Amino acid sequence: MAVAGNTLLHVEHLTMRFGGLVAVDDLSFDVNEGEITALIGPNGAGKTTVFNCITGFYHPSEGRLGLRHGDAAAWDMLDALTDSGARYRSQRGGTLFLLERMPDYLITHQARVARTFQNIRLFPGMTVLENLLVAQHNRLMRASGYTLFGILGLSSYGAAERAAIDKARAWLERVGLLDRADDPAGELPYGAQRRLEIARAMCTDPVLLCLDEPAAGLNPRESAELNELLLSIRADRGTSVLLIEHDMSVVMEISDHVIVLDYGVKIADGPPRAVRDDAKVIAAYLGVADEEEVAEVEAEVG
Amino acid sequence: MSASGDRAGEQPRAPRGPAGPIPAARAIDRLASSVREAAITAALAFGLFLPLIGFETVTNMRNEVTLKTRWPLLFAITAAVAIGRLAYMLTLGPALGRRRLRAAPAPSAWRARAGGLFVPFAIALVVLYPALVIVLNGSSGALKWIDNFGIQILIYVMLGWGLNIVVGLAGLLDLGYVAFYAVGAYSYALLAKTFGLAFWILLPLAGILASFWGILLGFPVLRLRGDYLAIVTLAFGEIIRIVLVNWVDLTNGYAGIGGIPRPTFFGIPFNAGDDGFAAVFGLEFSPLHRTIFLYYIILALALLTAYVTVRLRRLPVGRAWEALREDEIACRSLGINTTNTKLTAFAMGAMFAGFAGSFFAARQGFISPESFTFIESATILSIVVLGGMGSQIGVAIAAVIMIGGTEIMRELDFLKDIFGQTFDPTQYRMLFFGLAMVVIMVVRPRGLISRREPSVFLRERKTISADLVKEGRG
Ligand SMILES: Nc1ncnc2c1ncn2[C@@H]1O[C@H](COP(=O)(O)OP(=O)(O)OP(=O)(O)O)[C@@H](O)[C@H]1O
Ligand SMILES: [Mg+2]
Repeated sequence: MAVAGNTLLHVEHLTMRFGGLVAVDDLSFDVNEGEITALIGPNGAGKTTVFNCITGFYHPSEGRLGLRHGDAAAWDMLDALTDSGARYRSQRGGTLFLLERMPDYLITHQARVARTFQNIRLFPGMTVLENLLVAQHNRLMRASGYTLFGILGLSSYGAAERAAIDKARAWLERVGLLDRADDPAGELPYGAQRRLEIARAMCTDPVLLCLDEPAAGLNPRESAELNELLLSIRADRGTSVLLIEHDMSVVMEISDHVIVLDYGVKIADGPPRAVRDDAKVIAAYLGVADEEEVAEVEAEVG
Repeated sequence: MSASGDRAGEQPRAPRGPAGPIPAARAIDRLASSVREAAITAALAFGLFLPLIGFETVTNMRNEVTLKTRWPLLFAITAAVAIGRLAYMLTLGPALGRRRLRAAPAPSAWRARAGGLFVPFAIALVVLYPALVIVLNGSSGALKWIDNFGIQILIYVMLGWGLNIVVGLAGLLDLGYVAFYAVGAYSYALLAKTFGLAFWILLPLAGILASFWGILLGFPVLRLRGDYLAIVTLAFGEIIRIVLVNWVDLTNGYAGIGGIPRPTFFGIPFNAGDDGFAAVFGLEFSPLHRTIFLYYIILALALLTAYVTVRLRRLPVGRAWEALREDEIACRSLGINTTNTKLTAFAMGAMFAGFAGSFFAARQGFISPESFTFIESATILSIVVLGGMGSQIGVAIAAVIMIGGTEIMRELDFLKDIFGQTFDPTQYRMLFFGLAMVVIMVVRPRGLISRREPSVFLRERKTISADLVKEGRG
């Protein structure tokens, strides 16, 4: 099995059926380490379904989803791991995970894939800071001795909590929400909620960050800021990003690699420039009844 | 929440309200609608009370059941309801409606300071309560006040706080909470009678057993959500009760278990004998000693519950409970094992019910399945809901109002002078209970204290208004 060395996520023959509807049909693609990969396509193409499969919210009807940590040689274990029936396998500085075998929370906790949602899912009645602490739950849980030490008030937990707060503070500073730290998340304006959701996902220390339409509902200035945030996340943490986006200004400007879905089928895969000029992609987009989107694509593509 | 909903939320709310043309016309309008409303209410009340109050079954001399009508009473009550509704519509109703439209005002500094003093003051009051009633009523009158009011209310405060973990924090609707109370009570009763173990050993054991049952129940039902979870927990509560009724060899069925050993004062029993508490301490024997001792035990247990809950809220597990109530999917996307998190909430809540149950058995000396019916679960749940889900102070106040209020109905003998000697106020306890519930829900739809205190803050602790806090769906 030849998987390129710098591949982080390897999606093979992914199929997801809902009753008679095939939402994703035999989809294969790779996400490279340290790159921003965009997944685009018209409404209902199956993009969110792909995300739900990767992050374990859906169990794919068919297909294999491999994710690598560490050494590139880990990909050599892919077939052996598949045959063994295990969820993951480690060898010399590398670990390989099969995501389709893992429950959703372990995909975040162990395989370190974080995500945001198309309809923002914050904890609206908790403060901004609390939102970011919940994201560091597993580490804090261990530090609190699974609650036992914490109840007794041992100092080791206090130190861990201060570290978690410092980390949250650093992310808040980065997304420009430091002065709203003690406000309930539900009170933030829409654009700020989107940024908070990204910061919250980053607090889980992911190797792969999956963003479902992060620029939806943002104004041009906010979406330019988003571009910068995503580029900086990649630059200084090496976090790879998988991005669903309708806003072509975001897609064309920051992505290294674009995959186009239409009716659950991959119709194009390549660098942004090549995809933009692809006749099948233009047809797929122009075939969409949504007028706003047609205009948008025409402006970008035409 | 949808994207468009958020957008709408950003716009400042325009003040809405009736903008009638001429004040006089508006007043007539309001009168007309109020009268209409009152008429509807009267019709509803009539329909509701017709079977409840209009008819009475009386056994006559020949031991036959006959139906007697009580028209005057029925009409009097219906009229009272209608007049009450009319008065409400004309005075309080519009004011309340307007108040709801305004954004919740931030609590002033004064109120914040008063709130900070409330808890120490309340704790001092409950600690001094036995002394206070003895001074006011003398030692013979004090027994009733400490036992029926103090201990009874504190049991419900503790149960309310325990259930608050499950319902208020984790957002899991549990209608069978009394099952764990029963497990605690029977654990104590059976183990104390069979093995002669002491109260202080059995108290934690009963808690552990109850939380074990909590986990056992949790495993199958936590896949369910919302209404389904509520129904299954309700069924579980009934199953436990029915097992207690039918497993006669172990539990003695309906007859219950009597002669349960009472707690001792570090090995010294509360009796009139030579080695009893009174003799050892050179006091005159009085049943009050044990009651006061029991009062402080339940007070300590309740305070322990509150303390543990306050601490848990600031720990990752407590924050995860609240996050679960807010959005379970988001929790899973952050790597939180939601099944374990729900189980810990269930186990924690059940443990405190187990403590309370073993205390209950030790205090009563007799238990039977009658004490653990669904109405108990409903009472505890309504205390949590009325208090404001998640709020410790609110739950405590609600318990005082609901349990204290129904207990005080026993004391209102002067009502006999008004309604005649046959009037028995205790029969109206449930009516009072319902009435209090309706009033609280009308005035404060999210419970007495509905604002949420954040568990951690960077610069300044700002309370969070209730309309942002989710109630959870299981
Ligand atoms: N849980 C589900 N059950 C049944 N059908 C589903 C489910 N989830 C998605 N689908 C269907 O799968 C198809 C793809 O949906 P999906 O949400 O993945 O599209 P999308 O590309 O994210 O669209 P959009 O751009 O509108 O977000 C749609 O036809 C949708 O109705
Ligand atoms: Mg989508």
